[in-house]
Amino acid sequence: MTATEYALRTDGLGKRYRRTWALRDCSLSVPTGRVTALVGPNGAGKSTFLRLAVGLLAPTTGSVEVLGESPATNTPQVLSRIGFLAQDHPLYKHFTVAELLRLGRSCNLRFDQGLAERRLAQLEIPLDRKAGALSGGQQAQVALALALAKRPDLLVLDEPMASLDPVARLEFLQALMGAVAADGMTVLFSSHVVPELERVCDHLIVLNHSRVTLAGDIDSLVDEHRLLVGPRTTADLDRAGTVVEATHSERHTTLLVRDGGLPAAPGWQSSPVGLEDLVLAYLRRPAGTEVAPTARTEVPA
Amino acid sequence: MFVFRIDSRSGVPPYLQLVHQVRQAVLLGFLKPGDRLPLIREVSEAVAINPNTVAKAYRQLEQEGLVTGRPGQGTFVNETPAATISPATYTSLQRGLEAWLGRARAAGLDEQALNALFTAALNQAKNENIA
Repeated sequence: MTATEYALRTDGLGKRYRRTWALRDCSLSVPTGRVTALVGPNGAGKSTFLRLAVGLLAPTTGSVEVLGESPATNTPQVLSRIGFLAQDHPLYKHFTVAELLRLGRSCNLRFDQGLAERRLAQLEIPLDRKAGALSGGQQAQVALALALAKRPDLLVLDEPMASLDPVARLEFLQALMGAVAADGMTVLFSSHVVPELERVCDHLIVLNHSRVTLAGDIDSLVDEHRLLVGPRTTADLDRAGTVVEATHSERHTTLLVRDGGLPAAPGWQSSPVGLEDLVLAYLRRPAGTEVAPTARTEVPA
Repeated sequence: MFVFRIDSRSGVPPYLQLVHQVRQAVLLGFLKPGDRLPLIREVSEAVAINPNTVAKAYRQLEQEGLVTGRPGQGTFVNETPAATISPATYTSLQRGLEAWLGRARAAGLDEQALNALFTAALNQAKNENIA
């Protein structure tokens, strides 16, 4: 493994399908050895970003660098270090689990079949069962075991838990976190379920309207934002810091601010804001709102 | 073996939840000096939590003098954890709080109002400490 600080970097990355931009002007870094969540509503560009990251799509503008190389060159050396689990964890449904493992072994430069077999045995998933006959949770576990058997330096997962029930979700996360703790790989996964992110992720990227609206370490993001509640005011809001969202009722005003000091005015109360409220506030911002300080300034199209 | 739990909806950062649980267990005697905390990998897999988060919690507990990490062996609860308070102090603080609760109830505050007031005061105190 290279000792670089970032497993993935993009610069001005964009992807256009005919006349529609699926992703625009995306410059960000995914730190090595961390678990990064990519959050955004449906259609925000998450899948496009992940597919660009693993070399399944070629960028329209800008560049991607994964583990120090471009994934678009498709060299087996780079690809062998990236694991990718597509949405709905697709498997060949008529293959037995054992056949899937054999396929994995044949198609990859490195493939730790023993590791995959131990994982599946632990989960009591029979190797002679056809993939299509397994439950959704088991299929997800098989797909994860196959991806982990590559012993990737970077594991990319697209909505890995979207179709799973709560028990299967927890089991999936347990397997994933166990693997991260054992191997120290970098994980990047997309999701639109915020509450369970905080326990598994330490870095966050929020995509909205095809752009990055927020990116950073979760702990610092939570520290940097405050919720201010006070008497109704519509003027001079920025005195309190960068206002992310302002809500007014008849008598009082609620502000979500970034990098804010305390409002000097009496009657104002400041409280910490949870990750979920923070993410929701950024997702509620309309398209074209000025981007957060960590992202690049936008260039008019 | 000590078992952690995580409440995703509590709004308290996960690493702090782990710190609080160890602190409380030591205070209440569920964790005794010399006890070994589970390995980071064990906690990660058991409660489906990021290993970096567990490491951060253990680091903080170490800084507070509650536990000591021994390379290759694990993390152990200290002989005289710095964060424990004497039973007398504990009782006296609890009495004070009970007296305050009595006054607040007499003034007509219900549980929700009590919580709101307490949280506001706590946040205020935190901000003053930072400033």
